[in-house]
Amino acid sequence: MIQTDILIIGAGPTGLFAVFEAGLLNLRCHLIDSLPQPGGQCAEIYPKKPIYDIPSHPEILAGDLVQNLMRQIEPFSPGFTLGECAVSLEKTSDDQFIVTTDHGTQHQAPIVAIAGGLGTFEPRKPPVENRIPFENKGIDYIIKDPEKYRDKKVLIAGGGDSALDWAIYLVNVASEVTLVHRRKEFRGALDSVNKVQALKDQGRIQLITPAELEDFYGDQHLEGVRLKVEDGTQDLAVDYVIPLFGLTPKLGPLKDWGLEIENNAIRVDNSLDYQTNIPGVYAIGDVNTYPGKLKLILCGFHEATLMCHSAYSRLNPNKKNTLKYTTVSGVKGFDGSVKAAEKATIKRIE
Amino acid sequence: MSTEVAISIIDREGEIHQIVAPTDMAMNLMEVCKAYELPVEGTCGGMALCASCQCYIESDHSLEERSEDEEAMLSEALNVQDNSRLGCQIPITDDLEGLVIRLAPEEF
Repeated sequence: MIQTDILIIGAGPTGLFAVFEAGLLNLRCHLIDSLPQPGGQCAEIYPKKPIYDIPSHPEILAGDLVQNLMRQIEPFSPGFTLGECAVSLEKTSDDQFIVTTDHGTQHQAPIVAIAGGLGTFEPRKPPVENRIPFENKGIDYIIKDPEKYRDKKVLIAGGGDSALDWAIYLVNVASEVTLVHRRKEFRGALDSVNKVQALKDQGRIQLITPAELEDFYGDQHLEGVRLKVEDGTQDLAVDYVIPLFGLTPKLGPLKDWGLEIENNAIRVDNSLDYQTNIPGVYAIGDVNTYPGKLKLILCGFHEATLMCHSAYSRLNPNKKNTLKYTTVSGVKGFDGSVKAAEKATIKRIE
Repeated sequence: MSTEVAISIIDREGEIHQIVAPTDMAMNLMEVCKAYELPVEGTCGGMALCASCQCYIESDHSLEERSEDEEAMLSEALNVQDNSRLGCQIPITDDLEGLVIRLAPEEF
């Protein structure tokens, strides 16, 4: 069981910044996120897009914002459970919470901060009814271990970076790689598009465009796929189909945690500390709602800060909590690092 | 000159919402739907990166053609038809007077 002071669900900008504010108060954090990397939608959906409304950054790429936050929180050594979705929240008799993921990983903390943004990212699935019997029996939406596809015939569907990148990677693993896309144009890094073009020219990737997945067939395991192509249909024997059509967010299991939900967001008390209707459980950032709510990263940072101070008071009811300025107190990391302003030089002028 | 256009939005239950959208506030169709609290997520905020604002153009307005970004997103989204557009890529202009759109089904 992973134990921490504040368990943060969601490792987007708001969740990451909460680690920093908690650290200043000597509270340790652990983050859970369904994506395999921290950063939330900034890292997953638009890492290369510039953001212009982060205070003091006239312009910053979403991916760089995440990297900076990761650097900023490094002294506070946060723990991460990545690629797992928080599915249940239970309260114990001694005022602790246990959060379990879809992989069965258990986390315990006296404070839970839900910074889940728009929810859990789930893969977009092809609109073919017959996909269901073959899911996990030949149809994979996420590549966890590429070795699974060694010497297999693999078909990747999609036109974005992940489809291109995996097609390139699997050329050296699978026995056959086919890339299928609805259009002839791909939206990906130029370098990846050029690589796929070269691999196609060398006959190492079979490219079928424009084409769409129309049906799947097989006995127990997937054996083949029917594609809708320009002039009819085309059947192709494959062992695996990997549709990579991007991810789309859903509020997911936390809807059933007994929280007050309003318009697909968690209702919090913004006049005080962003606590939910369950004492000890907070919701910060895009996942919460209150009168006048604005879904902005800068508002998430503010909410994270107030949440941490409230959490501190909740955990230390007999201690006075005073606000410390980093310009005065510096940053003392859990890793032993100390950041502080240099002492002023006092020298006499004769 | 009026700075508003009338638009009809058919929601996923088939109910028609007649709304008035301002042409002088640099808004797009996704933002207008959200402002009227219609069930449009606008997840990516309007970057043509999520398709949660997909709608079908039901009237015969000739809108500006899809951009490359919009085309690419619609090539991956579900429930796409010939008259599909991403609301976030349609600025509210005078040309939209009388426009009729239908919200595309949610992806899940």
